[in-house]
Amino acid sequence: MAQPAGAAVVIIGGGVTGLSSGWWLARSGVDVLVLDKGIVGWEASGRNGGGATHVYSPFGLEEQRLWPQMDELLGYPTEHQPYRIGIALTDTQLALARRSAEIGESRGFRWELLDRQQLKELVPIAGDNAIGGTFLHFGGHANPQRTVQAYAWALQDHGGRILQHTTVTGLTVRGGRVTEVETTGGSIGAETVIVAAGPQTGLFAEMLGVSLPLAPARVEMIATEPLPLLRHGGVAGNGLYGRQTLRGNLIYGGGPHEWINVPDMATPEHPNTPLVRNLSRRLAELLPGAAHLRVIRSWGGVVENTPDGLPVIERLASPDNVVLATMSSVGFGLSPAVGKAISELVLHRRCLFADLSAIALGRFADTPPDWRERAGWIAAGPSAVATTGASRWPSIPARWPIRYRSPTVTRPWSWWERARRA
Amino acid sequence: MVVVGAGAAGVAAAVAAAQRGAQVLLVDEHPVDNDMMAMDVPLYFGQRVQPSVRNRALMMERVVETNPGLGEAYEAGVDVQLGTYVWGAFVNGPTVRELPGPMLGLADDRRSWLVGYDRLIIAAGARDVVLGFPGWERAGAMGAGGAHALLARYRALASKRMVILGSGHLALATAALALEHGVEVAGIVEVGQVLRADIAAVPALRGVPVFTSHTVKEARGKIGEVESVVLVRVGANLEPVASTEPEIVCDSVCLAVGLVPSVELLHLVRARLAFVSARGGWVPQLSDAMETSTPGVFAAGDCTGVLESMLSDPSAAREQGRIAGRAAAESLNGHEAPPLPRASGQVDGPGVHVYWEQWLRSLVAAGGWEVNACQCEEVTRRELVEVKPPRYLKWDSPQMNARSLDTMLRDGPVNQDQIKRLTRAGMGPCQGRRCREQVGLLLAQAAGTSLDRIPLPSFRPPLRPLPLNVLWPADEPAAMREHWVGWFGIPTQFSPHWEAGMAIAEPTAQTPLILSDE
Repeated sequence: MAQPAGAAVVIIGGGVTGLSSGWWLARSGVDVLVLDKGIVGWEASGRNGGGATHVYSPFGLEEQRLWPQMDELLGYPTEHQPYRIGIALTDTQLALARRSAEIGESRGFRWELLDRQQLKELVPIAGDNAIGGTFLHFGGHANPQRTVQAYAWALQDHGGRILQHTTVTGLTVRGGRVTEVETTGGSIGAETVIVAAGPQTGLFAEMLGVSLPLAPARVEMIATEPLPLLRHGGVAGNGLYGRQTLRGNLIYGGGPHEWINVPDMATPEHPNTPLVRNLSRRLAELLPGAAHLRVIRSWGGVVENTPDGLPVIERLASPDNVVLATMSSVGFGLSPAVGKAISELVLHRRCLFADLSAIALGRFADTPPDWRERAGWIAAGPSAVATTGASRWPSIPARWPIRYRSPTVTRPWSWWERARRA
Repeated sequence: MVVVGAGAAGVAAAVAAAQRGAQVLLVDEHPVDNDMMAMDVPLYFGQRVQPSVRNRALMMERVVETNPGLGEAYEAGVDVQLGTYVWGAFVNGPTVRELPGPMLGLADDRRSWLVGYDRLIIAAGARDVVLGFPGWERAGAMGAGGAHALLARYRALASKRMVILGSGHLALATAALALEHGVEVAGIVEVGQVLRADIAAVPALRGVPVFTSHTVKEARGKIGEVESVVLVRVGANLEPVASTEPEIVCDSVCLAVGLVPSVELLHLVRARLAFVSARGGWVPQLSDAMETSTPGVFAAGDCTGVLESMLSDPSAAREQGRIAGRAAAESLNGHEAPPLPRASGQVDGPGVHVYWEQWLRSLVAAGGWEVNACQCEEVTRRELVEVKPPRYLKWDSPQMNARSLDTMLRDGPVNQDQIKRLTRAGMGPCQGRRCREQVGLLLAQAAGTSLDRIPLPSFRPPLRPLPLNVLWPADEPAAMREHWVGWFGIPTQFSPHWEAGMAIAEPTAQTPLILSDE
């Protein structure tokens, strides 16, 4: 596509949040342009577990209402499937699963506690190591890769435009408003700007003199060869998130995630680590009947978190034509509702269906600049990678004993302590 | 130091390094187990294996016996581990800083483990170029790499009569090897008007039927088996011409059109790759000492580029291995590797992709668009270029029908990984080992571009499909289990956002990857 001169709404970031926002706006007849530094949905939006069960969120009810309609609304397949099954191998895991179910119950949804026998009837590959589980008559999951492309295509079908392989390098502010978005392909005029740039959202906030505390992290998932379809694919537990896809593959993630730095607009790398072995073990424990399945692939992605793990969806006071959006690492499932909320912030200056006060940016007003250090959410020290051909590495014996731990850092500051005490 | 691959280059590298005092571990995946062979991993074995491959001890014996270099390496003090897969390589980089050093993931049939290295020499060889035709799903359709391994290494090829596609050194060497092992060669098929290598120079091939200007129309047989292959004559435009269609009785069709350098591991260690058509595609950029752009990682042999001259003579691969082994050992000893003459056999000839493309064009013209491009996921050529969602979704909408590769090209250049996500071509258990090149060529052709302009489709661990209960760590540290979190363990993240203080008590994610208890 040729570089356009401008659009009513320019969206920075063709991830699931930006695309959904653009789709809702385009549906309302708004002239939208989505900019992405690479291919739409290429980063965390298209690489996640596909869960769509977030009833603890202000967007949760709308998420539950919209998902069953998404295939039809978009005109493209999302592979959305209803229901979730939680498997518990320990009392602690059962308590966590129950807690999630009860949050759903508090919002009007039904769930059942399963004993081992009931669980194994629903999930024959669960094992005798399971002590029980939960069946949620709500929630679900979808295919992230297909869904992000569906948003992008549907947005175009409504007249919206997408400009890929275009990196945004700056924002021009005139008279208290962002008037132009500067890109590697030139300047693009905008009446309203939505920043939904994942881990790089904070860099854009900084350009506008706004502090948006974000800590990026690299996360990993594995996929097995296909297995005949379970009655319900939305099965998880044992510290794993994931699902069985409609093709039959088991795809799961979880575990310790590495905090990293994303210093500029370049796409961060997301390789895998030996964590794939630990993921394999957790999955074989979760579903012992599938322990013989072959792992055919793994992948990684980069997500960002705010200090309390909650989103920031905010129309700024100044410049007053900018919406900042980060879902704090939990964006895919909520995307139908969040895109709608953002479109309302653009069109009506407020969200018409949910109270967003709990996720207002103002909650971080007293967050110190060194919050990542205090939380222990910092990237490990300088990389050990040698930069020349000379040996800089200590000699490591074959089958070495490996041990590595970062220093433990406490995280005492007000909002965190409040959350923990209560 | 670890050397991956015990072919000519790997053995030479291991020996050269050991002779200079390095402590060397040489790993090779052969003999691969029967289940892996059945998945056409790592080579296109084509289901034509004798039951004897189930006898691990016998296969181990044969692999040792047929590779004299292994004895040489053992004598030089190299720790040789056969039947050992290299399924991953893990190095620190901008977004991975938690590893104590670079390491490889290894595995055998029963368990996996990690091994650290100071220097790594990758001599991972090459894999088959696979181009489909109607019936290529049948047992008996195989690749030259698979046929070579089964004939020369395992002595376990279950074929009596073979038709060979292609006529370069690779094809003629395959034909000669087959004859030597008592397999009848029922025909050598070449899509071009002349043979690409001199058949007269191979006396054993005298009398073998040769079909120039022919392509494959179909492989026929009872359910699941190749019992004959139907050829068709093609014109200069590679379209079939009306004439007789010879049907050749055979139980295997061997694709010997070309080989692709195995660069999976090189990709994982972040070595810079460049597309060189004359070398078979993506190959590592190397110094004169065979060092990649990743310091401490060297490469040698076919994985650095498949050259016709190297196929007929392993001495060039050996020389590359010696240079790499020597340079790696010298650098371990703290010496700059002395300047070395560039390894021979390094002169690039004409590109090979034009030739592969000719074959593919002729196969599409003769076999049509309803042939699977990806076998694992059953994605046809048509479904690929029309970017259809998989059939099991039973999706039909006017919007979807209006989308195709052409409409996607308006939004950006073709990307094989993106098309994979949408069509599933290359997403199955073999992870594109059989279809990567033909999918790339089909997309390039449909998009009016060339393969070198399509970004390298990604490789991810595990590079070999290993069962969960093999890949898992049997000795997982207690600390890893104790501090495991489902997501980030942020107490407020999954609690009702509007109710302060309903935090779920879960540990917070500041646990790094803990690989060992010690």
